[in-house]
Amino acid sequence: MTTLLPPRPPAAPDNPAKGRPVRAGRARLNRPGVAWTLPATVFFLLFAVVPLIAVVVLSFMTWTGLGDPKFVGTENWETLAGDSVMLKSLWLSVLFIVLGVATQTPVSILLGVWAAGPQRNRAVLSAIFFLPLLLSSAAISVLWRALLDPNFGVPAQLKWLFGDGNLFGNQSTAIGVIIFVGMWQFTPFHTLIYQGAAKSVPPVLYQAAEIDGAGRVRQFFSITLPQLRNSIITSVILMVVGGLTTFETVLILTNGGPGTDTTITAFYMYEEAFRRYNFGMGSAIALVLVVVATAISLIMVKVSGYDKMRSTMEGV
Amino acid sequence: MRTRPNYIAGAAVTVWLLIVALPLYVMVAASVQTRPEFSANGPLSVPTSLTFENFLMVFDSGFGKYFLNTSIVTAGVVGIVLLVVPPLSYAIVRSQSRSTTLIFRFFLLGLAIPVQAVIVPMFYLINSVGLYDTLLGIILPTAAFALPICTLILSGTMRDITPELYEAMSVDGASTTRTFLRLVLPLSKGGLSTIAVFAALQGWNGFLLPLILTQSESTKVITLGLFNFQTQYGINVPGILAAVMLSMIPVLLVYLFARRALVQGLMGVGGK
Repeated sequence: MTTLLPPRPPAAPDNPAKGRPVRAGRARLNRPGVAWTLPATVFFLLFAVVPLIAVVVLSFMTWTGLGDPKFVGTENWETLAGDSVMLKSLWLSVLFIVLGVATQTPVSILLGVWAAGPQRNRAVLSAIFFLPLLLSSAAISVLWRALLDPNFGVPAQLKWLFGDGNLFGNQSTAIGVIIFVGMWQFTPFHTLIYQGAAKSVPPVLYQAAEIDGAGRVRQFFSITLPQLRNSIITSVILMVVGGLTTFETVLILTNGGPGTDTTITAFYMYEEAFRRYNFGMGSAIALVLVVVATAISLIMVKVSGYDKMRSTMEGV
Repeated sequence: MRTRPNYIAGAAVTVWLLIVALPLYVMVAASVQTRPEFSANGPLSVPTSLTFENFLMVFDSGFGKYFLNTSIVTAGVVGIVLLVVPPLSYAIVRSQSRSTTLIFRFFLLGLAIPVQAVIVPMFYLINSVGLYDTLLGIILPTAAFALPICTLILSGTMRDITPELYEAMSVDGASTTRTFLRLVLPLSKGGLSTIAVFAALQGWNGFLLPLILTQSESTKVITLGLFNFQTQYGINVPGILAAVMLSMIPVLLVYLFARRALVQGLMGVGGK
């Protein structure tokens, strides 16, 4: 995600036709004013930013959905700090994110670098690989839930591979399934990031390496990977934010279970707010999500925006 | 040397092709089999006969209505995005003032706000303005959350319009509005179709906002329909897979026609 601001176009040269008097302010004549941004900005303020401020206020209140919210000070936060499910959900979120990054990154780098290459069948295969990204999380989760059904799905047919086949009834396999489905869905997106980046690696680097007698594997580790560094950072940060807010997949595949064994923080927020009607608690949990996501995005601004220009050009 | 086959990548690509294609194959194969046939042969078999009873069953259970609702939501989201994003991007790219730069930054930060973070106040807000359980109540927040990404994409496209063209318009005495309508919009067609496809995907695939902000059958969208369908008819695997397939068809059609616009847009998001 680029956060570099648009380079300012060079000021319009004041070059009026000969003989005609220069009208004051002509260069500004067709520059839109701030009024052009108002519809979008007001709309965005109303539906994204105001609720974001309200979530802070609500986190200090109790509200059951009926009547008006009541101010209770830091009660929600104190409850949350000692809540074992909350702590477990944070730990599970970290686990999800780490496993998600560890599975998606190598696959998408390999696929992205391959897709940037000269193979003839590349376009067709890339078009197929891209498909999962278009489908809704709901459709994907329902699809995989049906495919992995213990009685009617693939596990029942491949007992040698899946044992008793009840992948959703055990914490480690349930987490495994959610990670895998996330990988199935989002690898195409990260592949695209790496494909773009791999295409822009200067070919002269590979030519030089060949003259030096470096093999393909050596080239990959000494040239391709270092050149992809900034893309890796961008991609990983997007994976982290995505993993933190995974919701539909958990709801549909495991419903947070068995027990609370796959209740990650975003899902716990939904349960507290919309199943137990503790909207204050739900807001507090949501705020934890916002803080973490914002911290990550600020890192993103710093790392992917400003470092990018010089670092990958080293040695060119 | 660069044209020598790369066996490691080739193997990885083949494995990934199986992982992507197999579930899609099982879905299509299962959806055209009867339940007894599917249970007898298992999910990995090749169907021996064709039946459309699963699709008919899906439509009988209300999917037509969900389809219609989702289409309305999608059209609404696309409409709002196409109405407010182009002027915003035009101002961001073309105005040189500090305030538009700030506004652009503000929208970029908006990229990081997850819908989950604001869902509780959104529920409160939509309730208190009387939009709970209406399609408009889904459309407005969905469109709002599509704005940052669409702004990013469209400003990227609009930046490619060269200053000389603005100059020419200016020399002709065109106003800002006229420049926007006659120059900027026609030259941003590619970007406009990309953001339309993006907004459509958000509208079509949305789940959390409809889940929280609607409740009755008459406002149910397709993703919620799938979810309910699976909770109610969990053992009817061919039926469920037929429903999933139906929900995907419009997206796949769009993909056939707008693949380039979509891929370019997404690549831009990732940054190079």
